[in-house]
This record gives sequence, C-alpha cells and structure tokens, in this order.
Amino acid sequence: MHPAPSVIVFTTFSGLGFGLLIWLGLGFPSVTGWTAFAFMLIAYLMAVGGLIASTFHLGHPERALKAFKQWRSSWLSREGICAVVALVVMAIYGAGLVFFGEQWLLLGVIGAIFSLLTVYTTSMIYTQLRTIPRWNQPLTPANFISLSLAGGALMAGQVTAAIILLLIAGAIQLATWVIGDNRFAQSGTDMASATQLGNIGSVRAFEPPHTGTNYLLREFVHVVGRKHAQKLRIISIVLMAALPVILLLLPFNHLLALVAVLAHIAGVLVARWLFFAQAEHVVGLYYGQR
Amino acid sequence: MTTLPQSTEKKLGLVIDLDTCVGCHACVISCKGWNTENYGAPLSDQDAYGANPSGTFLNRVHSYEVQPEQGEAQLIHFPKSCLHCEDAPCVTVCPTGASYKRVEDGIVLVNESDCIGCGLCAWACPYGAREMDAEEKVMKKCTLCVDRIYNENLPEVDRVPSCVRTCPAGARHFGDLGDPDSDVSILVAERGGVDLMPEQGTKPVNKYLPPRPKDALPEFDVLAPFLEPVIEEPKGFLGWLDKALEKI
Repeated sequence: MHPAPSVIVFTTFSGLGFGLLIWLGLGFPSVTGWTAFAFMLIAYLMAVGGLIASTFHLGHPERALKAFKQWRSSWLSREGICAVVALVVMAIYGAGLVFFGEQWLLLGVIGAIFSLLTVYTTSMIYTQLRTIPRWNQPLTPANFISLSLAGGALMAGQVTAAIILLLIAGAIQLATWVIGDNRFAQSGTDMASATQLGNIGSVRAFEPPHTGTNYLLREFVHVVGRKHAQKLRIISIVLMAALPVILLLLPFNHLLALVAVLAHIAGVLVARWLFFAQAEHVVGLYYGQR
Repeated sequence: MTTLPQSTEKKLGLVIDLDTCVGCHACVISCKGWNTENYGAPLSDQDAYGANPSGTFLNRVHSYEVQPEQGEAQLIHFPKSCLHCEDAPCVTVCPTGASYKRVEDGIVLVNESDCIGCGLCAWACPYGAREMDAEEKVMKKCTLCVDRIYNENLPEVDRVPSCVRTCPAGARHFGDLGDPDSDVSILVAERGGVDLMPEQGTKPVNKYLPPRPKDALPEFDVLAPFLEPVIEEPKGFLGWLDKALEKI
C-alpha cells in the first residue's frame, strides 16, 4: 500500500491524542485550571490535527460531512461519529476542569469511552479489509489500542501505567509483525485463485494491460522501501517502547520525560509507515506483483 | 444506503470467455470511449502523449502465460472489469452512501456527487475494478453501461454494454445471471464458468469461462523425409545471377 503521509500522520497523532483524552477523561492526572488547559490543548492539537490531516487525502474534502451518514455499514463513518462525540463531550468536560475547577466524572468517562471507540473504529477501517491479509487479523485493533493507551499514559505522566502499557504495546507490535508476515500466504489468495487458471499450469503475468503505470499500481503495489523493513522494525520498537521504558525507569525528570514522548512518537510514526509500506493488496497478483 | 440488498430482482452481469478472447483490447477502447462521452465524469488521462502516460480505465485486459506440467505454454488474455459482486465489499465500506448496489438489477454504481474520494472502496475491492480519476477526484467503475442497456433511443442491438457490443471475437456475453434459463446462465453451466478469487467471499456475478483443452499437435508425417526435396538451387536467370555474384 502507498504510505501516504496524511494517513500516517492521522493514525499516529489522532491515536496519541485520543489516548491522552482517555486518561484525562478518567481523571489521570486529576488536574484543573491552567494545568488541565495545557493537557487538553496537547490532546486536542494531536487528535484534531490528525483528523484534519486525514482529510488531505480526500478527493473532495468539501463533501466530508456526508461521511457521517452510513454508520450502519461503514467503519469509516462510525469513526467520524465517534470522533465528533468524543471531542464534543471532552470539550465540555475540559471546560469544567479549566474554567470551573470541577471534574464532571460522568462526562469524562463518556468522553473516554468514545475516545477509545474512535481508536477502535480507526483500526477497524483497516482490519475489515480482506483484500489486505496483513491487516485482516485481530492483532490490528489490539496494536492500535495498546499504542494509544500507552502513548496516552506516557503523555499523561502516569509513569507506572506507562511502563507496563509500553511493554504490552511493544509485545503486541512485535506479534503483529511476525504474524502479519504469514497472513498473505494463509489467506489462500494467489495468482491461481485470482485468474482461476491454476488447473492448467503455473500462471505467470505475461503482459500488463497498459504500458505505463496506473492508479492501482500507485496505490496498492508500493514496493519501494520494503528493503529496509527489518532495520526499520528494530528502530521502531527501540524508539516506541524500549527507550521510553528505560527513560521512565530513571529518576523522574521533565526533560527525560519529554525525550521519552518524542522517541515514542517517532517510533510509532516508523511503525505506521511500515504498516502501510509492507501491506500487500491482493490486486497486485493480477500484475504478478505483491 | 451502503448496506447491501438481501437479494436483487435480477443479477445483470458479464460472462467472459477466456477461450475466445484474442487480446485485441477493443473492449478497453470502446469502454473508455462510451464512458468518457456519456454518463458521469469523463475518464481522464494524464500526460497522454508524454513520457509517463496514465489514465482511468474501467476495463483492462491482462495477458498470462500458463505453463502446464507437460507441453507448450498457453497465452491467455484476461479482460477484467467490475464483477458486480452480490456481497460487494466496496459498497459496505463507503462512508457517504455514494456506492450502492441496485435492488432492481444488481448493478453496483457510484453516485459521483456524493463521493468524497476517500478511496476506501478501491482498497476493499480485490479485483482492482475501481479507479480514482486523477482529474475529477471521484471513484470510477464499470456501470455495466447502465445508460445503454435501458436506452430506448438506441437500436435494440446496441442495448448491451459497449464492451460486449464491440468484441469482435464474441468473447463477452451480457445477461441476467440470476435467471437459470437465460442464455448466459446456460453458457456458464455448459462451460463450467468460475468465480475469480472465490475465497474472498465477494460472490461475483460476472463469470469467467476457462480455456478449453487445446487440440493435440498432429503426428508428424512419417513419410516426409523420403519425399523429393524441394528445389534449393535457383535456375535460369537467378541461377546465373547467383553464380555471378558468388564469383565477385
């Protein structure tokens, strides 16, 4: 899959932003006034910034409001609705914290639930696609949710929770990669099933339908950059989980915490880049590629 | 609505004969022509006369070489367009309801004025049947020439999809695959028509007729080596010319 920067930025930062909103909604840390404002600002910049970035890959962003209609069948539509509900509820909850010094816990819990649902629905947009076997597995939502909760805990300053959740998220990330590597072969889709010519003999793509490239090849058959996948996985897991955990185990220091957050974000960005770049769409088989 | 209908009154679709297709790409061109000039946004090209031409097509012809365990390899031309699946994953993922499957005939269409160009339907399609138009930024797909098949302004013979009307080899057939007595259903039953990627669970309406077994090559004539050889040396003027040129 083509790793579009808009989608990588969207999934990374909205995941982190909604992760922080989950913790804030549940009252961790229990802050009010300007401190609460600072936390809320960071969470909203990330969550809303990510959502805005996601509209950059739309052909017609001016029609984006229509995307709230089809929640009965579409995970993308459900995600939009959950995101708006979460942001509105948390804005009211945040106003209570910042301006009235009051923690309306019920609103916070509702906001946290919808923030979690937003991350889950985002992951389901990818998980539902049988055409991309690497994504079409239960570890995809586990991967998105664990990273969101871990990143949120890290930014919310919940040191103990962050250490545990970062280790869990790192383990799930590794499992997602290892299991994901075999998903295409397990899916049973190959050139023989794509062309239904396998009972005659072995099928080879002889000639593509066109001399140049096309939308399908640009969007789905992105092979550039898979070469360094193993190195990037190591870089990603070190930055995402190992380094932040080590920094959190050291005596607490705001600068070290900031480095831990930045390392985590960089690690997740690399993981998301790999998430798209390594994903193989079955349509590539018609072109004899993956 | 992007939820799929429980059932459709008809299942209009194509039957593509891989035994007959000669790979001429006439269906590709006629499809592009009809669908650029008629219903919906035109199918644009980018850098059409430059170094990197690219464009939107609703129908493309692949060619595959199939090597049996024994004997010669076969070249098989393979036209591919939307299969108008009964369980179309492209429809249910659409957030706006722009993609839909018609209850009356099962055709999968895109309402272009509702399409936000998110591309998710193309991600969900295993067949590569949907292409985002780089100019109009909306999703384009085969309409089964919905503006031809019911068009009473056209002579009756033309009320079939453009690709079917054009095919010089008769490799493409159009009809109701939901009716077991229709010509296309009988053809599929007789020739053992198949679904592409059945494991994807899309239940495609379009069927592909597999290539029939090739005739075996005839036994070489055992007496041929004993026949008088065909004259190899030129005679007359050419013979003289040959010798004269040889001497120079």
